[in-house]
Amino acid sequence: MTTTAQDQSQKIRSVLVPAEERPAPSGAVSASLTYGWRALLKIKHIPEQLFDVTVFPIMMTVMFTYIFGGAIAGSVDGYVQWLIPGIFVQTMIMITMYTGITLNRDISKGVFDRFRSLPTWRPAQLVGALLGDQVRYILAGTIILLVGFVMGFRPEGGLTGVLMAFVLLLLFSFSLSWIWTVISLLVRTEQAAMGISMFIMMPLTFASNIFVDPETMPSWLQGAVEVNPVSVVVTAIRELMAGMGDFGSVTLVLVYCAVLVGVFGPVSMYFYNRKS
Amino acid sequence: MSVPAIETRGLVKRFGNTAAVDEIDLHIPQGGIYGVLGPNGAGKTTAIRMLATLLRPDAGEARVLGHDVFTEPKAIREKIALTGQFASLDEDLTGIENLMLLGRLLGYSSRDAKVRGMTLLDAFGLTEAATRQVKKYSGGMRRRLDIAGSLIVTPQLMFLDEPTTGIDPRSRNQVWDIIRTLVAGGTTILLTTQHLEEADQLADRIAVIDTGKVIAEGTPGQLKAQVGTGALKVRVADPARREEAAEILGRTLMTEVIRESDSAALTVRLEDESRAASALIALQDSGLSVETFALGQPSLDEVFLALTGHKTADEATEGDAPATQEEAA
Repeated sequence: MTTTAQDQSQKIRSVLVPAEERPAPSGAVSASLTYGWRALLKIKHIPEQLFDVTVFPIMMTVMFTYIFGGAIAGSVDGYVQWLIPGIFVQTMIMITMYTGITLNRDISKGVFDRFRSLPTWRPAQLVGALLGDQVRYILAGTIILLVGFVMGFRPEGGLTGVLMAFVLLLLFSFSLSWIWTVISLLVRTEQAAMGISMFIMMPLTFASNIFVDPETMPSWLQGAVEVNPVSVVVTAIRELMAGMGDFGSVTLVLVYCAVLVGVFGPVSMYFYNRKS
Repeated sequence: MSVPAIETRGLVKRFGNTAAVDEIDLHIPQGGIYGVLGPNGAGKTTAIRMLATLLRPDAGEARVLGHDVFTEPKAIREKIALTGQFASLDEDLTGIENLMLLGRLLGYSSRDAKVRGMTLLDAFGLTEAATRQVKKYSGGMRRRLDIAGSLIVTPQLMFLDEPTTGIDPRSRNQVWDIIRTLVAGGTTILLTTQHLEEADQLADRIAVIDTGKVIAEGTPGQLKAQVGTGALKVRVADPARREEAAEILGRTLMTEVIRESDSAALTVRLEDESRAASALIALQDSGLSVETFALGQPSLDEVFLALTGHKTADEATEGDAPATQEEAA
């Protein structure tokens, strides 16, 4: 016992690194990627957390297409072409909500104190979490598109159009996530984060052009639908998937992304730095 | 070594209307262990979080290793490490993943971070648990991994917030050994504790904190001296004759004799320690056999009681006996 204790002391002495030998702390990009890696490790250890990005998208796609298909478009086949891009967007942005909820749980743990005491670029902790979520989004998006394909969705834009749409949506999901980040930093519990997120999410997805053409809506609502970022994204995605990608629509989405990150990113960091 | 490790003046942090930290002045030189002792809710953790740049002070000044906590937080973060009150680890990840994560953030390449992580795990006796999730670790293992995580690059100043809370005595001794090793290696340690024995065992200097204020500061010996006198503790062989012994001690030393809850034990406050011998001789002359006796300064428990006017939570369980030496060589 005594000798092992002494051995251990000696070992510990021998692993101490003199200050001159320490590497420079990792930069913003490398730190963000490292936190992204942490998110992937968490998926590896808790694969159950992929339930929402696998089963949920299948359910949404199948349910909405068969329930509304006949009533809205006269036939399921016709509706699939219209609805799949919309469902693609809706499901993905609903999944972004979990980012905030996960973060809310994560931040309350001791490990975030450690992260915040490290000499790295602080937003990396949040950016990395969002980057890790991209893997979840890619998985969910792929499942939706596959299910859609099985149900008869044949985009005119081909693989190129679909991939471009996919990338655009990933970018938008990343940008939108900063809203949930702010919420997760402001509320105390996961339940509260969920509640508030739903409150924002419902009008955002339903008061849009996801399910129906806004032309049947009252004019005041049409105005709201038009400026709704979700509608803007859905329009751009539909165009890209249909092989009629429009520079203007895509640019508008990019502007929305920039505004979301530009506003909610700094606000997130403001609250993050003051979190006690 | 000229720059103090920590220097604060009038440091304040309020939560709502209550001041968790209320005008704390500290001057902590580099080197050695500085203990912050206080009961739960005294403001220890809040003070540490401000010094580790996690929490912004509401008023006052604070410099850590010469850097201002308000204007140079990053310079401070480059030189410190924090081991929080609840293990600052990702419980879902394995031991090695935790260390690799920290290593990469601190600038090691993926491969170097792994090598460094394995070296640290080996030094802390955790090699076998390397690929196990931290949530399956025992309390003592967590603590060791937590401290290993603070040593990826050796910090100049290390904050240890209640490092032995909630772990078993054997692990506690291990953690104490580790702490002493680190100090010998040149790191300054700021340690908070609720355990008087821990502060007494480890710290070179102690600040006693209660309700956000420093109520006493000094070496353990100085603090004990504040309560004044020493004490003679006697345990008689036959509990039935304790009263007799108490009467003899009272007469010889001419002070009050305290009857301990142990039915054979007596404690006498001493004005003059040199008279203890004559008291023991008087006991022997009356044919009373003494099983054990100890002459010592009052325990820190008594110090705390004298300073704050209220008892600490663990007062009742804290013994006065000198700490048992773990496995002397």
